[in-house]
Amino acid sequence: MENKNIEDRSGWPLWEIFIRSKQGLDHKHAGSLHAADAAMAIENARDVYTRRMEGISIWVVESKYIHASNPDEADSFYDPANDKVYRHPTFYDLPDELKHM
Amino acid sequence: MSFPEYEKIFQDKIDQDIRIEPKDWMPDAYRKTLVRQISQHAHSEIVGMLPEANWITRAPSLKRKATLIAKVQDEAGHGLYLYSAAETLGTGRDEMIAQLHSGKAKYSSIFNYPTLTWADMGAIGWLVDGAAIMNQVPLCRASYGPYARAMVRICKEESFHQRQGFEILLTLSRGSEAQRRMCQDAIDRWWWPSVMMFGPGDDASPNSEQSMRWKIKRFSNDELRQKFIDVCVEQVKLLGMRLPDADLKWNEERQHYDFGPIDWEEFRNVINGNGPCNKERLAARVQAHEDGAWVREAAMAHAKKRAQMQKEDQKAA
Repeated sequence: MENKNIEDRSGWPLWEIFIRSKQGLDHKHAGSLHAADAAMAIENARDVYTRRMEGISIWVVESKYIHASNPDEADSFYDPANDKVYRHPTFYDLPDELKHM
Repeated sequence: MSFPEYEKIFQDKIDQDIRIEPKDWMPDAYRKTLVRQISQHAHSEIVGMLPEANWITRAPSLKRKATLIAKVQDEAGHGLYLYSAAETLGTGRDEMIAQLHSGKAKYSSIFNYPTLTWADMGAIGWLVDGAAIMNQVPLCRASYGPYARAMVRICKEESFHQRQGFEILLTLSRGSEAQRRMCQDAIDRWWWPSVMMFGPGDDASPNSEQSMRWKIKRFSNDELRQKFIDVCVEQVKLLGMRLPDADLKWNEERQHYDFGPIDWEEFRNVINGNGPCNKERLAARVQAHEDGAWVREAAMAHAKKRAQMQKEDQKAA
């Protein structure tokens, strides 16, 4: 995700690690590590990122498969949402007496 | 956009405390400084396992042994968080490790001192990890996102390291006369190297100013050192021990403790490779890396073979 495609000299590719901290929450990016294959990446992720029960589920994906938006184009890319304040509930001016809304 | 424009946007972000992320534009010098600092920090975690590993088999009880193993595992983990953060800047872990092994990259010189007695495990936890925490807490707000996030994780875990160290010393300080002597001896030997961990004084630290402007650093070496000393002077009283500095004295005007002169000659000597254990530590690292080469190659060969078999199975199906 955040990495260029870095391979170890031994050929171990880089993996991005996502961890669900508890049932009901999303998997969240935790960091990256090197491993020979997916099974090893999951085991290493357990040892590196969940030594104190920080997770109950781990996703791993090889870094080279992650595509990202370009930060240099962020302004124009997110521009369509810029002028649409009416998408937010606070845009609407309603009397204070109005309850439960 | 031209270079000065990019640079202005970059500095504006820093000034507004907006984090810099891996794919954002950044000056080359910022990138270089970060790779140097983060990899040096990662190396310190990895080399830092060596002085303690020495005591795992000699820990006085099962509880102490389990604790020490957990601490050493944490340090391996911290090294990996940091290598991972540094890799986001485009330098591979292999390259960083090669720089460590060739002597081009440094690690904290504190790990070039020997661990002579069990009390050293206590003194390292209390003083060395204590100094590290003092340094690291402000780094949780460093301007580079992946580094700051790694530091948040590390700081959470370091707290146990320091507390278990102090507990070891506390137990010794309440023990026999010989144990109390051992406790004091460890403090005597680890105090000054720990004070030096904050690096050269502000007047002799030329890169600090730029690092502060980039908000990689938030406090100067001398500020952090003073804070550490002030805290330790109070903590050592609970142990009934003393710090080996006859000049330690409360300064009412400064609202800080004054302390004696630091032996920078020794500091430079150890950094330049002439400390008691420099050669031993580096040799142990290189050997571990070389001895593990066949495992890394075998794991890769196995993974490739399995991927190949899967492909063939899919074709057959």
